[in-house]
Parts: sequence; structure tokens; C-alpha cells
Amino acid sequence: MTAVPIHRRRLLAPLARIAGGDKLVTAALAVLAVLIVAAAFAPWIAPYDPDSVDLSATLSGSTPEHLLGADQSGRDVLSRLIFGARTGLLGPLVVVIVSTLLGMLIGVAAAWHGGVVDSVLSRAMELIFSFPALLLAIILVAVFGVGLTAPVIAMSVAYAPYVGRLARGVALQEKARPYIQAYKVQGWSGWVICVKHLLPNIAPLILAQSAINFGYALMDLAALSFLGFGVQPPTADWGAMINEGSSSLLQGAMLPALAPGVAIVITVVAFSLVGESIADRVARREQ
Amino acid sequence: MAGFLLRRIGGIAVTLLVTSFLVFGSVHLAPGDPASFLLGGRSASPAAVAAIKEQYHLDDPFLVQYTKWIGGVVTGDFGKSATFRQDVGGLIAARLPTTLLLIGYAGVLILVGGLAFGALAALRRGVVDRAVLVGTGIATATPSFVAAIGLISLFAVRLGWFPAFGNGGGFGDRIYHLTLPAAALALTFVGLLARVTRTSMLEELGREHVEVARSRGVPGSDVVRRHVLRNALGPITTVTGTVVAGLLVATSIVETAFGLSGVGQLLVSSVTVKDFPVVQAVSLLVVLAFVTANLVVDLVHPLIDPRLSHAKGGKA
Repeated sequence: MTAVPIHRRRLLAPLARIAGGDKLVTAALAVLAVLIVAAAFAPWIAPYDPDSVDLSATLSGSTPEHLLGADQSGRDVLSRLIFGARTGLLGPLVVVIVSTLLGMLIGVAAAWHGGVVDSVLSRAMELIFSFPALLLAIILVAVFGVGLTAPVIAMSVAYAPYVGRLARGVALQEKARPYIQAYKVQGWSGWVICVKHLLPNIAPLILAQSAINFGYALMDLAALSFLGFGVQPPTADWGAMINEGSSSLLQGAMLPALAPGVAIVITVVAFSLVGESIADRVARREQ
Repeated sequence: MAGFLLRRIGGIAVTLLVTSFLVFGSVHLAPGDPASFLLGGRSASPAAVAAIKEQYHLDDPFLVQYTKWIGGVVTGDFGKSATFRQDVGGLIAARLPTTLLLIGYAGVLILVGGLAFGALAALRRGVVDRAVLVGTGIATATPSFVAAIGLISLFAVRLGWFPAFGNGGGFGDRIYHLTLPAAALALTFVGLLARVTRTSMLEELGREHVEVARSRGVPGSDVVRRHVLRNALGPITTVTGTVVAGLLVATSIVETAFGLSGVGQLLVSSVTVKDFPVVQAVSLLVVLAFVTANLVVDLVHPLIDPRLSHAKGGKA
């Protein structure tokens, strides 16, 4: 481990370049990189199988064998944390992709067409805004049953207006610029102008919003799993782990519930730092 | 003003109509027969099925069913709970005080904490500002159930200062029992409000009128209170709408985490046992509370900042 500083510098250099030299953002990108690697290679990284039981270690604190201890069923908390990154990241990823596509479509269409299309789409977005995302998810769970599917659909719909409102605003500004008029005069169709010229110009700001939304979607989906509506035990998932671990809190075993809690907080902070930094950079370039 | 109010109330009516339609219609979206779905897989004797069909008018066309249901809802009749075999209205009414007390308690914490930390950061640049920024960054990233287990493990288990579960009896004891839940509920929003307050106050602090007030010799605390905070209240009021929406839904998580029997916990347990009449009623109530709160914010806003008066532009 003596060579750690050199290795670390070499590993972090590309991240630092992406982050524009900001230490905090570099750290956030590093956290996200670690999470993605953990989720992708969980079976090779995790010291134990997430479901393997070691009864002698039940509710043990941190030991050399189990760095983050073991839960009430004697399962290794660290391994479950690493495997939990899979459902933890996959759900929000789907939500962010779907809501971003949906939001961009709605926002750009509203800005481009204006008039009746704009007022209908804007009304529809307002309507969804007045429906808390978590409540929509809970109702869908009540109708379609527990699991990730219903919450992910609900969140995708509920998050779309956040992207849509932003996309509409920036697309309106962009539409007023001379280059759009120039393409129109050349006879390009609205679709081609929007997809090839307008979208690339508004994409960075939308990406910033989507990164921030990722963190919120992660919190909401974890909350649903905590309530027992999302990912079901015994699957290793951060929200479900907190649900299972909270019963051992009163016996003095903090790690099974606190470790996934801290993982959630760190991940959300990392995503919002990255999102804010993208938004800042766009704002600086605009000046 | 009257026109604005009418338009807003019209908007709210449309929202509630669409919401109620969705909440009611979702029963028919569910896979399987609506009657057995509403019975939630409980042993369905022919009599029970007949009772459910009678209660929901399931043999009528959809729109007739909806009209009859919404007619009941408007008069406060939400039907009967399938698990409790009680009026849904009564079930909610029994749990409402706990939830309202929790939201009120959290609201006070959010207002005091958010304004205090935000103002502190704006007025004491440097180390204090950095500390508040880091703290609020973490606070806004902490979901209420994570805050709940953190607070339980520290204050209930380690230190034993507060109870971890239960409602408590009597007003003082209730407040005592609700302290940790209210703190868990408030944490995220304290961070959010502090951020907004800080940004808004910094903007005002850089304005000319503050400079003028200072140079006129107005005492520092008066400048902050009457010139900075007063003008910074606009964005702070706007964010209240977001806070209220978040609070209403987060109560279900916090009440579940702390084992409080409130409306939020009723929603969660009803979803778990598929007690649909209760789910419908609570969902409608949450949306109603949410749109009402936003209307109140919109009405209060011009009182705080007369420039926003909905009449013809105010006095600018």
C-alpha cells in the first residue's frame, strides 16, 4: 500500500480534468466511479455472497472477517452493500433516462409549436407537478403490487415535468436565436432542426438537471423499498437493508441500517455536486 | 385579484377532478376482477362480494360508479375500510391530530432552523458559511428514513434521551415523543430552506438600497431585518410550496419508521394489506392539502411583496 499516493494521482487525473480542477467535484466523480465499478463487478469485489449466512457473526460489529459487521441473519453487510448498489443505481437510471426523454420531448414540442400545443402541454405538466412523486408511486404499488416496476413507472412520469419545464424554457430562448431562423429559411424541417441543432445546444443544462434528478430518484426509490413497496427482501438493496436493519437498532447493532443509509447520502451528494457543477459551467460559458 | 383567485380555484378544481378520476379508476386498471381486488384477496364469501358490489355500485356503468363515489366523497363519506370494518372518514379523523402535530412541529423546526442557518451563512462569510454549505448539502441529501434511523441510533439507543417509538399520551408527552420524528422529517427541508435563504439574502446584501441604509447610519441589525430579510422573503415563500408537498408524503415514511399511528402510516399499512378505500381517501386528501397549501402561498406572496400584487401591477 506504499505506492497509494502515486496510483491515486494517476487514477484521479482524468477525473480531475473532467471536473475542471475542482477538488470536491473530482471526489464526487471518484465516488460515482467506485459505485459503478462496485455495481458492475459486485460478484468479484464482494468478499462474501450477499445471501450467505454466518450465524456465528449475527449482529457482530466491525470485525476483520466482516468489515461492516453482519446483519440479523448473519449476512455480511459490506457484501450486501456492494450488491445493493445494483438495484440502487439501476432503478434511478431507468427513471432518469425515461423522464429525460419524455421531458425533452414535451418541453421542446411546447416551445417549438407554442400556442395551443404549448398551453395543453404546460397544463399537463402543472397537473403532474401537483401530484407528489412518492404518492403516485404508492398508488401504483397499491394497484399493481410491490416490486420495482410500478415505482419506476410512477417516478418516470412524475419526474418528466422537471425536465420538461427546463427544456421548454431553454428551448424558447434558443428558438429566438438567429441560427434557428437561418435553418428555417434553408427549408429544414422542424424535426431536423430540433434534433440536430437545438437539442445539442440545450443538452448540457438538461444533463445537469438529470444528474440532480438521479439523486432524488435514488432517495425516493430507496424510501419505497424501505416501506416494503420496492425491492423485496432478501434481495440486497439499500432501502430494503435499512428496513430489515432498523429492527436491530434497539439491540444496539447500528451498522446493518446505518451503512446503507450513509451509502445513500454519499451517493446523492455526489450526484448533486456533479449536476450543480455542470450547471455552473454552462452558466459561465453563457456569460 | 378576484380574477386570479377564480382562475386558481378553477385550476384546483380541475386538478382534483382529474386526481379523483385517476384514484377511482385505478381500481379498474388493476389486473383481475374489481370486486376481488377491492376485497384484497380476503376470503370472499358471496355475501362479502355482494356487499362490495353494493358499496362500489360495481354493477353500474363506470361513470355512474364514479359519480356515486365522488358524491359520497364530497359529503365526507369515503366508504368503509375493508380491514378495519369502519368508516374511512373516522379512521382518518382519529389519526389526523398526530399527523398534523408532527407536520406543525416539523414546520416550526424548518422555519426556525432554515432561516437561522441561512441568515448565519449569508452574514458570516468564510468558515461559518462553508460549514453551513457543507451541512445543508448533506442535509438535503439525507432522506427522512435515513435521518430517522440515524436519530434513533444516536438519541434513543446510545444516549437514551428520547423514546424511539410510540405516540405518547397527554400534550407534553406527545411533543416529547414527536421530537425525533419531527427532526427526521425536518432535516432535508431545513437544508433546502437554509440554501434558499442564504442565496436570497446574499443577493439583497449586494443591492444598493442596503448600501444606502448602511451609509445613512441605520444600525446593522435593523438593516438585516428590515432591508435584507424583508426583501429576501420572496424566494423563501416560493420554496414553501415544495416543502409542503415533500412534508405531506414524507410523513408516511417517518410515521412508519417511528411506529406512530398517523395518517401517513395508515396509508402505508393500507397499501400493504390492499385496503383500497383507505388508499383512495388518503391520496385524495394529500393532493387536496397540497394544492390548497400552494394556493395559500400564492395568496400570501403579494402580501409580503406588494410588487407582486395580482391587481394591475401594484405600485412597483
